[in-house]
Amino acid sequence: MLNLFLRRIVGAIPTILLISVFVFALQKLLPGDPVLAMAGEERDPVALAAIREQLGLNDPLPVQYFNWLLAALQGDLGTSLRTGQPVTELILQKLPVTLQLGVMAILIALVIGIPAGILSAVRKGTLTDYTANLVALSGMSVPNFWLGILLIMLVSVRWQLLPASGYVPPSEDFVQSMRTMIMPAFVLGTGLAGALMRHTRSSMLGVLKQDYVRTARAKGVPERRVVLRHAFRNALTPIVTLTALLFGELIAGAVLTEQIFTIPGFGKLVVDAVFTRDYAVVQGVVMVTAVGFILMNLVADMLYILLNPRLRAA
Amino acid sequence: MTPHPTNVTGTPAEALLKVRDLRITFGNSAEVISGVDLAVTPGETLAIVGESGSGKSVTSLAVMGLLGAKGVRIEGAAEFDGQRLNLAHPDSLTGLRGDRMAMIFQEPMTSLNPAFRIGDQIAEAVRCHRDVTEAEARARALDIMRKVGISAPERRMRQYPHELSGGMRQRVMIAMALVNEPALLIADEPTTALDVTIQAQILDLISQLQRDRGMAVVFITHDLGVVAQVAHRVAVMYAGRIAETGTVEQVFNDPQHPYTIGLLGSIPSLTGPRTRLATVPGSVPSPAEMPKGCRFSTRCPFAQPKCAEQPRLRELAAGHRAACHYAPLELSFGTAA
Repeated sequence: MLNLFLRRIVGAIPTILLISVFVFALQKLLPGDPVLAMAGEERDPVALAAIREQLGLNDPLPVQYFNWLLAALQGDLGTSLRTGQPVTELILQKLPVTLQLGVMAILIALVIGIPAGILSAVRKGTLTDYTANLVALSGMSVPNFWLGILLIMLVSVRWQLLPASGYVPPSEDFVQSMRTMIMPAFVLGTGLAGALMRHTRSSMLGVLKQDYVRTARAKGVPERRVVLRHAFRNALTPIVTLTALLFGELIAGAVLTEQIFTIPGFGKLVVDAVFTRDYAVVQGVVMVTAVGFILMNLVADMLYILLNPRLRAA
Repeated sequence: MTPHPTNVTGTPAEALLKVRDLRITFGNSAEVISGVDLAVTPGETLAIVGESGSGKSVTSLAVMGLLGAKGVRIEGAAEFDGQRLNLAHPDSLTGLRGDRMAMIFQEPMTSLNPAFRIGDQIAEAVRCHRDVTEAEARARALDIMRKVGISAPERRMRQYPHELSGGMRQRVMIAMALVNEPALLIADEPTTALDVTIQAQILDLISQLQRDRGMAVVFITHDLGVVAQVAHRVAVMYAGRIAETGTVEQVFNDPQHPYTIGLLGSIPSLTGPRTRLATVPGSVPSPAEMPKGCRFSTRCPFAQPKCAEQPRLRELAAGHRAACHYAPLELSFGTAA
């Protein structure tokens, strides 16, 4: 099994390299000259040429790419064109914030989506099922920003229960950290919960029709255990896939949610970098996001192998 | 092996399983099962024979309480080992299922849970019904695996279903069904999906285990050759009703219902003249287009106006009954079929 895991990991390397080429090309293809942006008022061609030379922008593209890649592998993603801070430092500062938001949102999505999906599959065609579907559809249809603003108005402004914005690291004050994060995580999580609920439902409906579920009942296994152990275990594979894919949606959702709740996270870093044409930051952020996405899918692949004994032999 | 026509005169009092006037309806359609009576005594094999759509599987699933609850209406009286069964509420049978009565199915390839080890699946059946430790449950699982002829059982315990052949999986299913020493085994076409050589092995195994344990077996099949091999008594089902029932000898040597005669005519014979195999023309009518009266009348070569009335299952000889107005046909029509 370890061998299989290693093979999956090695298999991910070409994908990451390919993405790095795209990310690098992106920077070169985007309109706007970063040198001009850096130089500011300076329009002296000699000075501009000096900056170009200093940044290695006169080298052939492949050389520039390999230099960039080599540095990136050593954790050096360049420096922000705007602030002069190392990009890696910026990302390491902001990433934990968004990770916390993301993990909390996924947890909320799982805790709501999976039980609701199982319940509506088991009670297919009943009022419970229809209600769960309606709520799920609403959860997916309601835009994050609208729900976020609504919650701020109600919970923070009118009831004054939770802070409307800001961020406290959990290491500093755990309770306060949860208080600031729970609302944005809820906004982000409910959107994903709907998708999870519907996938869980359809996956469970398929599995509950399987012969081995009937076998479990024929053995006299209590219905609760039939559903939660015999059926759910086999229904998990598509749910794991979806959860890994939701990671992408999570990053996209974080951009909006962090704006609304003014959370100094990864999403805000992206938006600010794009607006100020801070290509080095954009590049670093895209690269980190892509690698994160690949890692999530790698984890999903490994979970498949753990969940499905048939894959282990391969 | 040869059939053992013991217990055939068993009076209802000593029957292990008795079902009376079973009626099953799905949703708003017509009855799928209309007034089926069954009885099996300990040590006896009752074969339920019929083509697809005759209701033989539905009947057995209802007895086990395994018919999905939604939109299914089950009526009728059932008694198991002197205890009344509430077939209308399948959940009430959970305690019996896998303990006193067990079932094996047609598709060994899909009937085992792909996510769990063989040993765990068998041990779970023990732990659902017996208050024993995990180790004891596994010991019993190992023991039964040996008894059903699974080679290298210690190793198989740790394997997953996909690592086993179809025949081996069916042996695992049998082991799982028998681990709690049930009094009744329902086998729903257990050999249909298997190779012919494996079929024979599985049939022998079931017969041998039955003799060793004095178990009652309800064997559901469409294969009359299998019936002759394993059963003591037969119930021929057609379109949700029993057409004819009796000992294997009575039904095979002296069939009285036109449908049984048609079925038997469709078996190829190695001895005797080579003739064209008889077929029963047409197919089982769907519940929506079920004829009134005798349900076989639309396909029956002997059909008469009287067949628009529902025939009773009449006793023709001790234990031999047929649901035909004109049985025995020799007397009614002068010539045999």
